[in-house]
Amino acid sequence: MGRLIKNLRELYKFRVLIQNLVSRELKARYRGTALGFLWSFFNPLLLMTVYTIVFGFILRPKDLSIGDSPWSYALFLFSGVLPWVWFSSSSIESANSLMIHGNLIKKILFPAEILPIVAVSSNFVHFCFGLPILLLFVFLFGKTLTVYALLLPVVVLVQFVFSLGFSFLISALTVHFRDIKDILGNLLTFWFFTTPIVYSFTSEPIQKHKILQTLLSLNPMTHVMEGYHDCLFYGRMVRWPQLGVTLLAALVLFVVGYAVFDRLRDSFPEEV
Amino acid sequence: MPAIELVDVTRVYQKYSARHRFQTFKSAIVKGDLFRSLRPDELVTAVSGVNIRVEKGETFGVIGENGSGKSTLLKLIAGIAKPTSGRVRTEGKISALIELGAGFHPEITGRENVFINGIMLGLSKREIVRKFDEIVRFAELEDFIDAPVKTYSSGMYMRLGFSVAINVNPEILLVDEVLAVGDAAFVPKCLDRIDDFRRRKKTILFVSHDLATVSKICDRVAWMKCGVIRMLGDPKRVVDAYLQDVAVKQEEDFQERRSETAPVLESGPEPAPGPAPELGTAAPDEGRAQRWGKREVEIRRVTLRNLRGEEKHVFHPDEGLVIEMEYAAREPVKDFVFGVGISTSLGIFCYGTNTNLEEFEPVLLSGEGKVAVRIERLNLINGTYYLDIAVHKRDGYPYDYHKNLYSFFVSSMRRDEGIARLAHTWEFSPQVKIKFPDKR
Repeated sequence: MGRLIKNLRELYKFRVLIQNLVSRELKARYRGTALGFLWSFFNPLLLMTVYTIVFGFILRPKDLSIGDSPWSYALFLFSGVLPWVWFSSSSIESANSLMIHGNLIKKILFPAEILPIVAVSSNFVHFCFGLPILLLFVFLFGKTLTVYALLLPVVVLVQFVFSLGFSFLISALTVHFRDIKDILGNLLTFWFFTTPIVYSFTSEPIQKHKILQTLLSLNPMTHVMEGYHDCLFYGRMVRWPQLGVTLLAALVLFVVGYAVFDRLRDSFPEEV
Repeated sequence: MPAIELVDVTRVYQKYSARHRFQTFKSAIVKGDLFRSLRPDELVTAVSGVNIRVEKGETFGVIGENGSGKSTLLKLIAGIAKPTSGRVRTEGKISALIELGAGFHPEITGRENVFINGIMLGLSKREIVRKFDEIVRFAELEDFIDAPVKTYSSGMYMRLGFSVAINVNPEILLVDEVLAVGDAAFVPKCLDRIDDFRRRKKTILFVSHDLATVSKICDRVAWMKCGVIRMLGDPKRVVDAYLQDVAVKQEEDFQERRSETAPVLESGPEPAPGPAPELGTAAPDEGRAQRWGKREVEIRRVTLRNLRGEEKHVFHPDEGLVIEMEYAAREPVKDFVFGVGISTSLGIFCYGTNTNLEEFEPVLLSGEGKVAVRIERLNLINGTYYLDIAVHKRDGYPYDYHKNLYSFFVSSMRRDEGIARLAHTWEFSPQVKIKFPDKR
């Protein structure tokens, strides 16, 4: 634990570097594309359009808590998909980050944990680009933001910690087990559907089956999603006990993930 | 207090077996040996029990063959690799020129890369802003600094990398063979900068294959072999010892290669029918080596020796060379000429002569015997040379012609250029203030 704090303090010195690497990541990603930064807006928008058509107009789930209008459902979806894309992209990028930037680890004295941090942070910036679109839709569909929207940073913080912990873990393990990259894609799809994003946690089938409810509650991302839904979609107070426990779980994952990363650190220069 | 101190440093690398490589995460979990499987199967010792003390302001060279542990040593000092046992202590900011431009991102511009690379190497943003123009000017990239790095040539890439690294202005500079890739104009500039470092009493650790530069700029040199320091001390002595070791090894390599091709050269007493092309078919890879002639007189064996008569294949330019040919004449011949020719690996013909050109009159050749050409002093520059050996009639009709069948190597620390090292001396009038090189 002492070592963790010492390392984190060390990391603070590298904040300028992290900042620069994030902006480099953002610049490099859209360099050469015609739309440039607009892709940060378009990607979630296109995704949402597909989900809206499929679930809002074709399948039409009947969930009174979401509201009957397909537009309302689209909004519900978007408020969940946006943070999910942040989580899943940063996980996938982290898994590859040590290998892609192998020459940094091999040739420059460079704290390797910066790489997953940059992956999570640059995707966080994308997430932030998506927020104005979400707000725009909130106004377009006649919903009003309540004062509880101010709690958004708290939910974001929980996800940030959780995402970092997860990224440390998988980025370090992928160096030794390259197939994690492939497992991860499938895992994330599974995870997506076991998190209340396309459906609501309060929907009837889930509330009826106690087991289903318990199982979903074990998924930390459930409570993160509920947090987003509460403060952005429903406009009500977040559920503090669940969110608090999730933050604790996220912190545990962070410490464990970092410990694994730290333990494997010396093997990186040879293995990446 | 020394700038760099290594006490009994050993670095063992982990080598994972093929089985491990294909191990999957799933199987590791299933077998429940996630961490056990991360343990290596085999260990390779890259550096073993090294003790080095480099004082502040000293320029310290490290030489050795590829794979002798030089780069690992550098990484240990830079802190990129941790010693398995022993202690590495350094005093002051380190800049490591291990790979120039490591960490450049191809998609973004040179300008942005300078900033990120500079920060990675330990500069603050303000320092980079202050030094930015200097960095770009030194790299000679004023016109391209706003183009993406992926459009750079490898030379431009390297120049920018060097320029950033050298402007970090460290207390300790680690240089790993990076100058090998620079062009003729840029390398002296880099050496100039390194010289400047020395004058300012900074510590430099210099890993290089360029022995001339090493013995010129270093105060002390360590020679590494197989992970241990074979010799440490005065540059000239260490470089000499190293060169001797290399020459012995080259000699062995030549012997080995010679014994591989020997069956081709030592053809039996029976001459091949017609202009013998069997050499070309026997060794199709050696496209340059050929042999022809009906072998009325056959050259059975060619031996290269120094003036003391020792068989040798690696020579110093100041050494002499004796080419000894053993011939066997099937029937006595009255018309014969012995000739030799030397050409470079690029096929440039350096020198050729024969008994006819030097106005020897053939009388009678019969039975077996030896002919030797004695070159008192080789006076060739560095490189591999090929030998033509021939015995033919005065009108050119070949008895036995060996083209490029034999080779030798000239190894020297001098960097003079051309084909031959013409015997010469330098003279200066007293106004020219110049230091003479140390007698080697």
